[in-house]
Amino acid sequence: MNPFSYQRADTPEAALHAVTADRSAKFLGGGTNLVDLMKYNVEHPTALVDINHLSLSEITPGPNGGLSIGALVRNSDLANHREIVAGYPLLSQALLAGASAQLRNMATTGGNLLQRTRCYYFTDTAFPQCNKRMPGSGCGAIQGFNRIHAILGQTDKGANSPETCIATNPSDMSVAMSALNATVQVQGPKGKRSIPVRDFHRLPGATPQVDTVLRPDELITAVDLPSARFAKNSWYLKVRDRQSYAFALVSVAAGLELDGNTIKSAGFALGGVAHKPWHSPEAEHALIGQPATPDTFRKVADLALRGAKGYEHNEFKIELAKQSIVRALTVAAQGVQA
Amino acid sequence: MPPAMPAAQEEKDSTVQKQLPHRYDGVAKVTGKAKYAHEFEVPNPAYAVMVQSTIPSGSLKFIDQSAAAKAPGVLAVITPFNAPELPKPKPQPPARRHVTVFQEKDIWYNGQPIALVVAESLDQARYAATLLHITYNPPPAKLNFPGRLNEGRPPKQQGREPADSKRGDVPTNLSNSPTKIDVTYTTPVQNHNPMEPHATTAMWEGEKLTVHNSTQYIDGDRMTIARDLGIPMDNVQTVCPYTGGGFGSKGSTWSHVVLCAMAAKVVNRPVKLAVERGQMFGPVGTRPTTVQQIKLGAGPDGKLLAVQHDVIEHTSVMEDFLEPSAFQSRYLYDSKSNQTSHRLVETNLGVCTFQRAPGECTGTAAFESAMDELAFALKMDPLQLRLANYAEKDVEKDKPWTSKHLREAYQQASDRFGWSKRNATPGQTKEGNKLIGYGMATAIYGANRSASQATVRILPNGRAFVGAATQDLGTGTYTIMAQTAANALSLDPTLIDVKLGDSTLPKAPVSGGSQTAASVCPAIPDAALQALLKLSELAVNDPQSPLHGLTSADIDTKNGRLISKKDSSKSETYAAVLTRNGNQTVEGQGSAEPAQSHEAFTSQSWGAVFAEVAVDIDTHMPEVRRIVATYDIGTLMNTKTGINQLQGGIVWAVSTALHEESHIDPSTGRTANESLAEYHVPVNADIGTLDVTCLNIPDTKFNPLGARGIGEIGITGASAAVANAIFNATGKRIRDFPITPDKIMQAKSVTQSVA
Repeated sequence: MNPFSYQRADTPEAALHAVTADRSAKFLGGGTNLVDLMKYNVEHPTALVDINHLSLSEITPGPNGGLSIGALVRNSDLANHREIVAGYPLLSQALLAGASAQLRNMATTGGNLLQRTRCYYFTDTAFPQCNKRMPGSGCGAIQGFNRIHAILGQTDKGANSPETCIATNPSDMSVAMSALNATVQVQGPKGKRSIPVRDFHRLPGATPQVDTVLRPDELITAVDLPSARFAKNSWYLKVRDRQSYAFALVSVAAGLELDGNTIKSAGFALGGVAHKPWHSPEAEHALIGQPATPDTFRKVADLALRGAKGYEHNEFKIELAKQSIVRALTVAAQGVQA
Repeated sequence: MPPAMPAAQEEKDSTVQKQLPHRYDGVAKVTGKAKYAHEFEVPNPAYAVMVQSTIPSGSLKFIDQSAAAKAPGVLAVITPFNAPELPKPKPQPPARRHVTVFQEKDIWYNGQPIALVVAESLDQARYAATLLHITYNPPPAKLNFPGRLNEGRPPKQQGREPADSKRGDVPTNLSNSPTKIDVTYTTPVQNHNPMEPHATTAMWEGEKLTVHNSTQYIDGDRMTIARDLGIPMDNVQTVCPYTGGGFGSKGSTWSHVVLCAMAAKVVNRPVKLAVERGQMFGPVGTRPTTVQQIKLGAGPDGKLLAVQHDVIEHTSVMEDFLEPSAFQSRYLYDSKSNQTSHRLVETNLGVCTFQRAPGECTGTAAFESAMDELAFALKMDPLQLRLANYAEKDVEKDKPWTSKHLREAYQQASDRFGWSKRNATPGQTKEGNKLIGYGMATAIYGANRSASQATVRILPNGRAFVGAATQDLGTGTYTIMAQTAANALSLDPTLIDVKLGDSTLPKAPVSGGSQTAASVCPAIPDAALQALLKLSELAVNDPQSPLHGLTSADIDTKNGRLISKKDSSKSETYAAVLTRNGNQTVEGQGSAEPAQSHEAFTSQSWGAVFAEVAVDIDTHMPEVRRIVATYDIGTLMNTKTGINQLQGGIVWAVSTALHEESHIDPSTGRTANESLAEYHVPVNADIGTLDVTCLNIPDTKFNPLGARGIGEIGITGASAAVANAIFNATGKRIRDFPITPDKIMQAKSVTQSVA
């Protein structure tokens, strides 16, 4: 861990001022990911701006009948909030499927959106290649141990290309938010802006070191959920190597709005398969107006995985994702609650 | 052995002891009063951080430490380029490990200690470590184990048993067997991850060195430190009252222990060195990956005509270590012929070492799965197959068992489990989206015992003391030492004070091979006897004693009193004798070692393990619902600590079956998943109900306590029981541990053609 300074900000403006003044400063929320990465010598901010005392810890009525979740609402509080459990069980399930109780008690909503990949080649500085950690150094994963890596939307130009990256986004919460089509509210030196969560995380493209479209001098203030449509018919399915405290091999966030057995609208995203929560507009659209049957779901699964490419250790994810999609949509359609 | 003495009293029956209801050290642990190696207060400590190589093979070209040396708080940067020269030690197998203490610039594995940064604070040391600039000469490494199986060679040195064995004519019997299988199982690299990683605090006072080290063998540490540093053994004291788990990795003295002592000398003040979690994957031992080919041939009645078990495993290029995965296959069942072998493939990974049930863990995972395959091929119940091949004696050595009650264990466990309800056809039992399966296996682990000593003191305050230079790994050594001393002294176990974990106490062996209870406890009655004899002599020679004038042979003991055998109205308390005689303490030294007669027998512990597993048909996630097991381990000395050890072993067996694997990066030889987030072991939700019992039938031919040790047997057999339950649930036989959801999804079911 490198030496760094610490300061506490009491207003968003003060926090923004502090990070604008020092380009290698970082906001400190729950610290559940950043502090680990500092200890691993992956992140080395020269200053930490503690934002835990900003007034961003409330869940309030949002625009158009939705809810607005303050950026500092802890994952545990969010998962167990009465209105979230009632209106957005998908989000509650996703949060409770993530990390451990202790981590959820600390982790914040904004911090969860910004957590970084758990790719081994990123988190261990002894590995000589990682375009995310050391831009231009290549990708150690693509010919390494890549069981937990991406099958969709990755950049694959060979191990030594400065663009190659097959890392996955580790968040469960973000997958549910993508299915729910949430909006991230941010504040910067020039004012506020709204970013659809589906556009918030990015694919590696040619710059895998950049995880999101958030600018370094911007602060997440809230996440807005649209009005609840999937309270009755939704499901978060997480497939993992053990029953708790493991990142998803594949996860599916599925929400359906049904009219009888016909799907009126749908929200649908995948985790553990890409550099961002994977939202396929095509697959989601293919649900609309269709009967909620295994046939429909199988077609949607094929569409969602179209173009998927596996590697030596993660080829299985393609078929596993398809089976998981069918299962998650089936359970969602049945209206069974977790 | 001490000279024969007139018996002051009959030796108490050690097989029936009053148990302490709670762990002796329980309160100290849950209140944080128990001090671990890194927590001992020493004056003005400095902190050391171990820097590791980032290449798997080659040598160090240069370590530029100019920036690190100038960093705030840095006291020393010790590297192979400036380390004090140490005498070249002679290898002393088996527990002597090839450690890297900066005497050479060679690199043998990725993660090898190559520098130590010592600073005023831990954070300063960690930061300075990032400023080292290290350059290497990196020749190609030997990494691809599966691709180099043909390089397998016999171990250079023979261990306790030969690596290969042959009884009867296996090839002929195999070809004559109406039913036979030929299957290959693989098990991965595992790394020990006790709750407390290794840690050392070293302090010099002149030529005297005190080392607080988290260890399974304080006396071994003392010997190794003295030998490696070239100082007299009498100048070294090692201390370890509590060990936060070891599992074999703390049975050897690794580099960091010697380096910590070296650093304390260099900076001339006490140094603390805590091995970080990520450093547990390489520098402190590894369970090797194994490839195990098993051939079984049986007659129509299921009787084994041929057993062949051939193992190829990796070993470090630094030194050989044999995980004897096929040893138990020589005597686990009766068979007409039997043949085993072990081969080692040199690999640029950290040194392999003992890890809970080395051999039996990986060996039974494979062999007991293969037995299940044979049962399926024979269309025979797997339990009946075991009974058909029940070994009434050690067929390999042609010796009787000291004690074996495995049949009762099978019976009790299968009854409690409800084995008779098992559907023999796989893939038939469904509950919603889940396939349910039952599996079983036999557990086995040897009974080991070594020479040990102990001290017992009877105190004038009514209490007593027992001490030995052994250690408590969280297993209950304190508890059973107190019980054994109490039993021998006719005192309540709550009146016993126990001291262990200090090399100034009487010698005891390594806490490995499940031998601590069976080795240390038998020395305690001997010591107690000597102390009671001295106490009796005081009483009979004391005119104020009601026992005056008797001989010590006339005296019995009960409830803390000396009593005349002839007239029970004549008695007094130990404390009364001692207070009247100058408030003195009487002390006895005892020792015990395996009897000569033990050569005539074979001693093994046994168990029967039954598992129920549910497998999701879409996610393919397996879920262990319950495990029922009964063990034949001789005397169960303390129910709480004993059952707990067995349960812990079973949990690790579930881990071996479903979760645990060190993933080695193919090009750098580095462990990719070196954290407890990514190195998966079971969480509570992965373990259903555990129903564990012991037969509690003393094996007094093995030792007077009748106890065979239980530290390791729990991890044996249970992995196969889980794997066999997955087969029964799904019809899928996965022969590559751990059995993860992707492997279940991709495997073919034997029932798919009919489903």
